Amino acid sequence: MFDIISPFTDYAFMRKALVSCMLLSLGSAPLGVLLMLRRMSLMGEAMSHAVLPGVAVGFVVAGLSVPAMSLGGLVAGVIVAVLVGLVTRHTSLKEDANLASFYLIALALGVILISLKGNTIDLMHLLFGSVLAIDNTALNLVAGVVATTVTVLALAYRPLIIEAFDPIFLQSLGRRNSVYHLLFLILVVLNLVAGFQTMGTLMTVGLMMLPAAAARFWAQRFLSMASVAVGIGILSSIGGLLFSYFINVPSGPAIILVAGGMYILSLLFGRWGSIRARYFPFKHLQS
Amino acid sequence: MVKDFYCGTSLTSCNSVICLRFSAACCGCGVVVGDLWIGAVGTMITLTNLTAGYDRRPAVHHLSGTFAQGTLTAVVGPNGGGKSTLLKIIAGFLRPLSGSLQSPERQNIAYLPQTCEIDKSFPITVFDTVMLGASRTLGMLRGASPAQREQCLHALEAVGMVAFANRPIGALSSGQLQRVLFARLMLMEADVLLLDEPFSAIDTRTTADLLQLMQAWHKAGKTIITVLHDMHQAAAYFPESLMLAREKIAWGATRDVLCEENLHKARLMAEHWHETAEACAL
Repeated sequence: MFDIISPFTDYAFMRKALVSCMLLSLGSAPLGVLLMLRRMSLMGEAMSHAVLPGVAVGFVVAGLSVPAMSLGGLVAGVIVAVLVGLVTRHTSLKEDANLASFYLIALALGVILISLKGNTIDLMHLLFGSVLAIDNTALNLVAGVVATTVTVLALAYRPLIIEAFDPIFLQSLGRRNSVYHLLFLILVVLNLVAGFQTMGTLMTVGLMMLPAAAARFWAQRFLSMASVAVGIGILSSIGGLLFSYFINVPSGPAIILVAGGMYILSLLFGRWGSIRARYFPFKHLQS
Repeated sequence: MVKDFYCGTSLTSCNSVICLRFSAACCGCGVVVGDLWIGAVGTMITLTNLTAGYDRRPAVHHLSGTFAQGTLTAVVGPNGGGKSTLLKIIAGFLRPLSGSLQSPERQNIAYLPQTCEIDKSFPITVFDTVMLGASRTLGMLRGASPAQREQCLHALEAVGMVAFANRPIGALSSGQLQRVLFARLMLMEADVLLLDEPFSAIDTRTTADLLQLMQAWHKAGKTIITVLHDMHQAAAYFPESLMLAREKIAWGATRDVLCEENLHKARLMAEHWHETAEACAL
């Protein structure tokens, strides 16, 4: 019988990892729901690659320093987001094509920058993270980003929802869609950057999108959907960390695999639109 | 009619600027002329030699004229005749290539596009969708007041959708969704309403109900411009019509506009397309 409490009470790094992952769930999962509702589920994936050259510049300049790499990643992510927005608005190419182009350029640039100074182990560390490396600086960064995310989401809730739901309507209200769009993308980048120490940039996207996709099968309103997503994120964090502790596998992928399991369970047995609901519905109601 | 308007009993009975000018000159019953004049200009839409289009190709070509306050106008004409483009210009979604447009500020215009990009699987209820119409007055932070929620229910009642208030919009048919969007339009409390083919792919019963609703808005003094495909609807419900086939074919009372000669002219214009057009000399 596994003792699921003692790993966290015995080891400080497990506690830090747990707090960090639970906080990340709180910030990332609602953003993931918004991304999914905008049909931009792959956007997070693309942005996670786009931050790489900035992280690399931080790495080249200051070595494995959390603040330097985070700042670099944030700058690179925002530059890509702004460039994609500008090119989409002023040319006929659609957003997804522009995003794909820019993130690939950024990814190649990032890999080249890292290979100039570091080695493949550094690269792996940046892409997949390491819970053992979470120090107080990294934890503060995560806490700060999550606090910012939750505050901005609360303040810009209505325009963000309207923009996802009916962008033309928001425009007809005389609001500048691009402002909210950019604000939203900055939040996404911030959360990816905050997660790179814990999960790595690639795996942080998983904590953003998988709980959101799973929550789709359990709720029909945005707030409940976001709450379910946060809950699934937190459960996955706990489960994944224990999984990685007992089986001795990397924590990032372990957390994402647990979240993936929840997604598969949800799509099979969820309340709304799941396989169960579609093919084995309860008895129909009176007309 | 002039006297009626001028004594302040009914603003809507007057529907042209010329009439206003005339009344200002001849009526002496002592109502402040300036205010009425400004009010009328406020929701009047004037196009001056307006050309609009995409990629230098004009979709609306040298159009001049006025949608007077309180008028109910059908914009008719062949496909590709610039009807939707004209609405987009007035709604402020598109800039004219040349010419000018005088219209009320955006807060006073409500626009229902032809193809809305609404994702019906979005997790939002019918009530909340309609409530979005009040966004301008609510701003981005405030919650709806009880009076506004009441107003929302009234709008839902007007379109016959009260029973659906708490259902997700995913449960609606396209006709029901259009009813809901009409209710949202009502909550925007704009004086100018622009509707782009609101009855395409909508059943006859819903169309009839929504046409009735538009009549009520017209009686309440709104300035309404609707792009229509169905000439019979235009003839039956719309006092004014603009027939557009890139250029203005006719604009005025519907019975004068929808004559066989104009329809024929519109058809000819629609079939006429130069692959290598020269720059316009006008």
